[in-house]
Amino acid sequence: MTQSVVVQGDTSLCSAVGQCGNQVGCRFWDLALREHAHVNKTGVYDDALSSFFRNVDSRKSDGGACGFGGRIQHLKARAVLVDMEEGVVNEILQGPLSEVFDSTQLLTDVSGSGNNWAVGHMSYGSVYREQIVDKLRKAAEHCDCLQCFFLIHSMGGGTGSGLGTRVLSLLEEEFPEVCRIVTSVYPSPEDDVITSPYNSVLAMKELSEHADCVIPVENQSLVDIVNKIKHMSDGGKPGLTIRKDSSIISGQGGLRGAEKPFDAMNNIVANLLLNITSSARFEGSLNMDLNEIAMNLVPFPRLHYLVPSLTPLYTLADVSVPTRRLDQMFSDAFSKDHQLLRANPKHSLYLACALMVRGNVQVSDLRRNIERLRPSLPFVSWNQEGWKTGLCSVPPVGHSHSLLALANNTCVKSTFLDLKERFTKLYRKKAHLHHYLHVEGMEQSCFSEAITSLSSLIEEYHHLDATKGKLIPDAPRLSIAR
Amino acid sequence: MSVVTVQLGQCGNQVGHELFDVVCGDAHDGQRRSYCSVSRERFFHQTERGDLVARAVLIDMEPKVIKHSMNKAANSGRWTYGDDAHFSQKQGSGNNWANGFCVHGPRHEAALEELVRRQVERCDRLSGLMAMMSVAGGTGSGVGTYVTQCLRDTFPKSFIVNQLTWPYGTGEVIVQNYNSVLTLAHLYGLSDAILVHENDTVHGICARLLNLKHISFGDVNRVIAHQLGAVLQPALTTDSHGLYSRNPLGELASALVCHPEYKLLSMSTVPQMPSASIAYSTFSWPGPLRHLRQMLVSNSKMEEGIDWQVRLPAASERSRSLTGGGRGGGRGGGGAAAAAIFNRSLANLLILRGKDVYSAETGGFEDPALFTSWLSPRDAFSLWKSPVPFNKYEKSATLVSNSQALLRPLDDMVRKAWNMFASRAYIHQYVKFGISEEDFLDSFTSLEQVISSYSQLS
Repeated sequence: MTQSVVVQGDTSLCSAVGQCGNQVGCRFWDLALREHAHVNKTGVYDDALSSFFRNVDSRKSDGGACGFGGRIQHLKARAVLVDMEEGVVNEILQGPLSEVFDSTQLLTDVSGSGNNWAVGHMSYGSVYREQIVDKLRKAAEHCDCLQCFFLIHSMGGGTGSGLGTRVLSLLEEEFPEVCRIVTSVYPSPEDDVITSPYNSVLAMKELSEHADCVIPVENQSLVDIVNKIKHMSDGGKPGLTIRKDSSIISGQGGLRGAEKPFDAMNNIVANLLLNITSSARFEGSLNMDLNEIAMNLVPFPRLHYLVPSLTPLYTLADVSVPTRRLDQMFSDAFSKDHQLLRANPKHSLYLACALMVRGNVQVSDLRRNIERLRPSLPFVSWNQEGWKTGLCSVPPVGHSHSLLALANNTCVKSTFLDLKERFTKLYRKKAHLHHYLHVEGMEQSCFSEAITSLSSLIEEYHHLDATKGKLIPDAPRLSIAR
Repeated sequence: MSVVTVQLGQCGNQVGHELFDVVCGDAHDGQRRSYCSVSRERFFHQTERGDLVARAVLIDMEPKVIKHSMNKAANSGRWTYGDDAHFSQKQGSGNNWANGFCVHGPRHEAALEELVRRQVERCDRLSGLMAMMSVAGGTGSGVGTYVTQCLRDTFPKSFIVNQLTWPYGTGEVIVQNYNSVLTLAHLYGLSDAILVHENDTVHGICARLLNLKHISFGDVNRVIAHQLGAVLQPALTTDSHGLYSRNPLGELASALVCHPEYKLLSMSTVPQMPSASIAYSTFSWPGPLRHLRQMLVSNSKMEEGIDWQVRLPAASERSRSLTGGGRGGGRGGGGAAAAAIFNRSLANLLILRGKDVYSAETGGFEDPALFTSWLSPRDAFSLWKSPVPFNKYEKSATLVSNSQALLRPLDDMVRKAWNMFASRAYIHQYVKFGISEEDFLDSFTSLEQVISSYSQLS
């Protein structure tokens, strides 16, 4: 299931499609409410809230939209939720977040996509095309200025992957000028869905062609982070208890009560989204808007896969223990423990890197750390100082400061190579192919085109990699006749 | 005569706010009456109730910064921005010069012109317009350039000065060099004078002179505002005949920009020290003036670590300059490193403020060896004075220079942009909004011309 979040000028629209997408989305809305409640003590519906929520007074006859400055009546998420099974969406509607969505924002069916990309993309894609466009339009209309769409989905299944990428191309068709940022959960090698390589590769082609930015996240990395935190908090070392609401896996303080199994992992992704949008929602001395992310991090249209890392993972509960030095936070952002993708950026080539800092951090801290870390990070020759930085004054709940790093790094190549290998293993034997080819609109060429697209993407990264370590001389300058 | 300030983008609005704060605080009621009233008239419109409203237009493509600046001003209790003097949209320019220049600028042209017109009409007499912006982002740079173009069309006879903040060399925005190149190339044909502040330099001042451990953008902006204030507050000039000059921007431009190919101006102020130390320091003119002169000669950006080895050439060596006579500062590399190379000036403006200005000895600044041979030192050197201490400093001296000081930073900027352009990285983002590869090439060509001109000063 993916959630699309539409981001308007200062607002975003979230689309969640599929089971994973909707579960993550649910965590996102819960944590967003928590964050805003923490910051907004006056109960006034302000700019920051408006970026993600509408304010509705259901007593009003005209549909009730309330403008800025008034009291908060009912907050409604700027979201569209799509799933071809009812389970997750129904659960959301029966839970404490039900108030945040209304029925016009939902699209469900009953039978699911059977982990089949073709069913999601072709079948449901055609059947529900009108309705999806309609719901998106309605959500967009509520926005004064739509800035971007967030799409959340997983790659390995059928709905998130297939219908999700269909939604993506609809977004491009209907709203070509609005930025599309996709958070994609990539399957681990041990994924229990056998056809996940097919689904992922088929989805990759769509992502490469229709998304402005993709933030890939691997389940295994999320699992590792969860384990690390649990280990830390169960370790029982005196003085090292973690503040419960501060850990990025925690939903404490949100509306949701007891935690569900995937909540911890989904909270991480939700935190990622909160941090990306923080500078668009709150003030700071150096703002970083969402459209600036695409502008600065995407040097060539198809190379738009960004490796995320989040720090800190938690704050210690004991306030007398000195907070970890600020500089440690910057170092952590470049350590593999904090990445949401298993890859090795330090051994590959950075094309660009963005640092979004939240909290009480000044420009001198930022500069000092960039100076310090630069020598160990290999940057492509034409972007030796390729840093995009943002300073937002409001930290996340439970922390005094935080950092999100998004790196456009050729190390994603290895993730894609992995995917290609798993795909090829299945495809060579034509395993399960007939399930796909049975679907109306699906042909063998879809597969060959998808794998070709992936191969050429890998090739582009490879080409850049080859320049690593080589001393590239300055390009000869124009000479002026005197 | 009044100056209307146009604040563009996050940087322009943040720095602009600090500037108004400085000049308002400086010209308080304890000061001499005429200084105070000239300063107020220059920067503020006074309402019937006596409230000071800044003669400023605030422009940004997203609302947060303007809102913050306006609130801060209102909370100061001493001055405010006009309620009807700002323009913002919901969505920024995405750090994209093309988005600012080709899309936002034209789209909002009428509204922006109206805002400026309104401020101009409130002035009894307009001395000129100052546009404040950064070159690294999308709004300040792109919309700022477009607005400057509109101002030039609308006020063809007025002086238009651009105050530009150049970003840190190690990056704030990845495409900053593209945005900077496009901005500078276009402004060169539009602006009367381009006043440049480099974040790296100002950051150094904060760290080494002001002893700040944790430097914020607020600190950086306040230093810039202090330097600008030192230039723009009332002063007695040679043309003003014993009264405070009514034409600061015009006199600045005519003193320093004698040729349209040479418009880049840098500035230094001495002394700069932690505000807590000011009360305990004694000031005399000879020391600071000596330092300021050597800072100019050796191209040192601050009053610490000045290279005293750099000497002015003897008459026989007159042709050697910052680049060793070769073209392209910094490209040969070796030229800038040799100790005997000095920073050649086209023109200099020295502004003295405070006690005993009339006894300050400034002959050292008229040395012909400092300048190119085109102008006599009498024409190349200008001196302004004000007996009123500025911004709590009992004595302060500011030097505004048209010299080779910005040659190296400019060359670095062009070199990095060119390397990126050679691989065509990010170009698709600009093409999307209407700037072509041809446009880039034109801008590169213009700037190489400027670099060449400054390199070959003799």
